[in-house]
Amino acid sequence: MSASRVLFDEPGPIARRRMRIAGIVAIVAVAALSALAVRRFADHGQLDADKWRPYTTWPMWRYLLEGLWATIRAAIVATALSMAGGIVLALGRLSRRRALRWSATGYIEVMRTVPVLLLVYLVLFGLPHYGVDLPLFWKLVLPLSVSASAVFAEIFRAGILSLDRGQREAGLAVGLTDTQTMRLIVLPQAVRRLLPSLVSQSVGLLKDTSLGFIVSYSELLYSGRVLASYNRLLIQTYIIIALVYIVLNASLSKLARTLEARQGFRPTGRRSVRTLLRARAGADARL
Amino acid sequence: MLEVIQDNWDLLQDGFVGTLKLTVVCGIASLLLGTLIAACRVSPVPPLRWFGAAYVNLFRNTPLTLIFFAVALGFPKLRFNFSFFQFAVIALSTYTAAFICEAIRSGINTVPIGQAEAARSLGMSFTQTLSQIVLPQAGRAAVPPIGSLLIAMVRNSAIASAFNTTELMGTSSTMIENGYKSLWVLVWIAIGYLIITLTMSALLAALEKKLAVVR
Repeated sequence: MSASRVLFDEPGPIARRRMRIAGIVAIVAVAALSALAVRRFADHGQLDADKWRPYTTWPMWRYLLEGLWATIRAAIVATALSMAGGIVLALGRLSRRRALRWSATGYIEVMRTVPVLLLVYLVLFGLPHYGVDLPLFWKLVLPLSVSASAVFAEIFRAGILSLDRGQREAGLAVGLTDTQTMRLIVLPQAVRRLLPSLVSQSVGLLKDTSLGFIVSYSELLYSGRVLASYNRLLIQTYIIIALVYIVLNASLSKLARTLEARQGFRPTGRRSVRTLLRARAGADARL
Repeated sequence: MLEVIQDNWDLLQDGFVGTLKLTVVCGIASLLLGTLIAACRVSPVPPLRWFGAAYVNLFRNTPLTLIFFAVALGFPKLRFNFSFFQFAVIALSTYTAAFICEAIRSGINTVPIGQAEAARSLGMSFTQTLSQIVLPQAGRAAVPPIGSLLIAMVRNSAIASAFNTTELMGTSSTMIENGYKSLWVLVWIAIGYLIITLTMSALLAALEKKLAVVR
């Protein structure tokens, strides 16, 4: 709503009438487009009841749910690993030792640009050459974690830097060492503040697990592909899988937003000031 | 390690140009589509806002790989026939547009309401307020996130290789099949991606510098 407040004035009677007309036109346009799409599906027999009936049976769903569980398992392990890696890299990038700082920065910058797919190929084709043949699960999770740790590192770095400098100075002033200050004072506060960003980044990882089809790790998308080649219901299978992904990821995003909203009430740091301002703007809009 | 690049120069060049083409076409398409959806999301017309929100939630929460599969395998079933390159463009730009839309919207959100109110109280019209006060500030705030989205798009474009599109990542399987050491093949491909993204980073940094103003 705040975006509309910046862009538009409070509408008068004429503007409100125009908005209503535009609204009706928009609804008609979207409805016409959806009708065209549905027609296209129906014309090619994709909406026939017997094409959808298999998905009312339990065995189909059990197969997909097993795939979903594999997806979630891979996403959880990859998130845990890349968060750990991210903290180490962030501390490395903020370190006072030049060698450490440069190597962490180099790693982050390279991993930000190299496609995850390339890392997957490296583990898939490169490592066996040197006698390392990982189980399927790790062939997917290892490259994902290696790549995502760079993203998490940047998030952690932003969080650490956003913290008030006084926190670190106070920690050092009461006699804590550098490491203790980081571990006891800075990191706990930074992580708490970053929780929403960390959760929304885990959505990205969850989506990336769909690369499992390359290593034939049977996560949700790969299970769906196997299922579709077996029952020949390609479009139906993809629609259902997409819905599962959307529900799962949208709930995670929602969780991130809830966490962010809850933080607004904690009067610490710069961020809350901005939230307070935003809350005031919201109150104005209600007047 | 050097013979990989000497023997496969043409192949790598084709792939590099393919990725570059994909980057430029998808970049423009997703910027246009993203701006359009963002305009819907912030419009005062509720149905347009719902449409924008639905689009963003749909495409942001679906894996890109799934969108690729749905487009490349589902469209032919509905008798929409395009080339592989066109499929890749459709999948990649519809996906990226959802993120671009959110970047633009949060850029608009960073403009303090006082700015628009001040413009209006000076007697500026709607068009003037938008084009001279709000959008320049919003654009400045949106450039860095859009830049990192476009760089992420380049790495995402690698997924197109699984769908027969001629691009950089796809050249790797040909070379590995021809018996070249996979490690060096992949290192050279990574360097190819770095060339594209580092150039983009430099261009974006220059743009940011040019747009920067003292607040």
